[in-house]
Amino acid sequence: MRLARNGYAKETARQLLLIALGLVMVYPLIWLFFASFKTNADLFGSVRLWPSNIVWDSYSKGWTSTGQFTYATFFGNTFLLVVPSVFFTVLSSFLVGYGFARFKFPLKQLLFTLMISTLMLPQTVILIPRYLIFRNLGWLDSYWPFIVPAIFACYPFFIFMMIQFFRGIPRELDESAMIDGCSPPGILFRILMPLCIPAIVSATIFQFIWQWNDFFNQMVFINSVNKYTISLALRMAIDSTGGGMEWNQLLAMSILSILPMMIVFFLAQRHFVEGIATTGIKG
Amino acid sequence: MQLIKHRYALWGLLFISPWLIGFLWFQLYPLVLSFYYSLTDSKIASAGKYVGFQNYVKIFTSDRDFYPSMRVTFLYTLIAVPAKLAVALFVAIILNRNGRMMNVYRTVYYLPSILGASVAISILWRFLFMREGVINKILGLVHIPSINWLGSPDVALFTISLLVVWQFGTSMVLFLAGLKQIPAELYEAAKVDGAGKLRSLAMITLPLLTPIIFFNLVMQMIGALQEFTAAFVVTNGGPLKSTYLIGLKIYDEAFQDMDMGYASALSWILFLVILVITLFIFRTAKSWVHYEDGGRF
Repeated sequence: MRLARNGYAKETARQLLLIALGLVMVYPLIWLFFASFKTNADLFGSVRLWPSNIVWDSYSKGWTSTGQFTYATFFGNTFLLVVPSVFFTVLSSFLVGYGFARFKFPLKQLLFTLMISTLMLPQTVILIPRYLIFRNLGWLDSYWPFIVPAIFACYPFFIFMMIQFFRGIPRELDESAMIDGCSPPGILFRILMPLCIPAIVSATIFQFIWQWNDFFNQMVFINSVNKYTISLALRMAIDSTGGGMEWNQLLAMSILSILPMMIVFFLAQRHFVEGIATTGIKG
Repeated sequence: MQLIKHRYALWGLLFISPWLIGFLWFQLYPLVLSFYYSLTDSKIASAGKYVGFQNYVKIFTSDRDFYPSMRVTFLYTLIAVPAKLAVALFVAIILNRNGRMMNVYRTVYYLPSILGASVAISILWRFLFMREGVINKILGLVHIPSINWLGSPDVALFTISLLVVWQFGTSMVLFLAGLKQIPAELYEAAKVDGAGKLRSLAMITLPLLTPIIFFNLVMQMIGALQEFTAAFVVTNGGPLKSTYLIGLKIYDEAFQDMDMGYASALSWILFLVILVITLFIFRTAKSWVHYEDGGRF
């Protein structure tokens, strides 16, 4: 009896702890949402979450606040950068993963080791030569520095993820298709691809989030405002806004910039957690 | 038969060829090139001439920012990575059970990991931790004097680290996946033998999680030593360069001062530092990482 009550108390304590932690985790985001409707005075004057005077036009004014270009341009640009690089990353990783998982070829072990070791290659060390390579190709201030490396499978994380996934699919499937006269591309696209949908979805989501969030590479490779992505636009906004500016506009645009990711996250919540878990800690 | 084998080897090479080209063109070649640049006085506009190890000598003997930057970078890594992993592990252990609510918690805790690297969240952090910001207001409610989160050189690095610890979700999910794979019989056997909860944790859970702890440690450390966005947007390296991580310094040298040769030398030093630490962790792994399959990879 005492034991049961003790267990109950423990369970309650656990739940309270989890709820408190949950509040700490989401409070900043909730604050951001309400703050985007506050006046400057309210923002720094009161601790209350709810705005004392609701500012309704922070979103519409913020949308056009950068002058020459609206956030429609920046959102459009971000999609122009992100969508092709996600598509090509997933396609190329899928092909390369299949190559590593199912074929024997000379130097395979060495190439595989090299591929895995690039997982740990710091991006900082190759940034400057890449910048100069892209400059010599005339690709600076365009989205090619993001799309071309995606075409050539420069994201070892996703290749590894695909290999792990292929390993989980029985080889007998390929072999019987091969006996029926199916060619390797036929096997890959007609037989294995439907089975790989979970891995493909996970890779798509992850790469979407990473590319959307990326700031450093975008800052290095893009410099005209008409090609700015949302990250660069926000960074410009925070730099150029002086004393007179209403902060709620900046916060409103910040909210909008993370909205696509929130939508993707909640739509595909299961894939995230499972995707991460299958990326191969146990290999 | 030999012919078929040969043909399939060609297919394999064909399938991996995009990666092979990408690896040579965008990874190996830039790596070699960056070492070459580090031995030249290349500027952004001019190719520069060979100067031997002069850049390195200058970094180690007369660069006033180099040692402070490295110190800040190490300090940041030593605060952020262990704190993040400890929180992730602790939360994963209390979350490791079934139930609807557990999925809700898991989602909520994971959300910051999705958004955290964005500029928007760095801006949010700047607002939350301002002198007049809401964090100080909340502290004021419980009569804690306000803290100069971003303006004090002693605190700013800690504030940046908090932003990273807040994103513990990815590590947590990896730990949860590991916890799910520990057979329940082990715990039952331990219970029969009279082991308490803490003892089970120390003797079963932690040892079986060491491969995941190891993986997380290596990846998080490599990331932390190169951190950029948080320190750049939230504090821009200040105050008094107390958050001037080596990543910011490399960026400044390369793209503000346009000194590509010098920045390449800095990036090679960072690369070697990361390599040495990674190899060191791998070397120690034999003594603390426990593999169920005896460590065959």
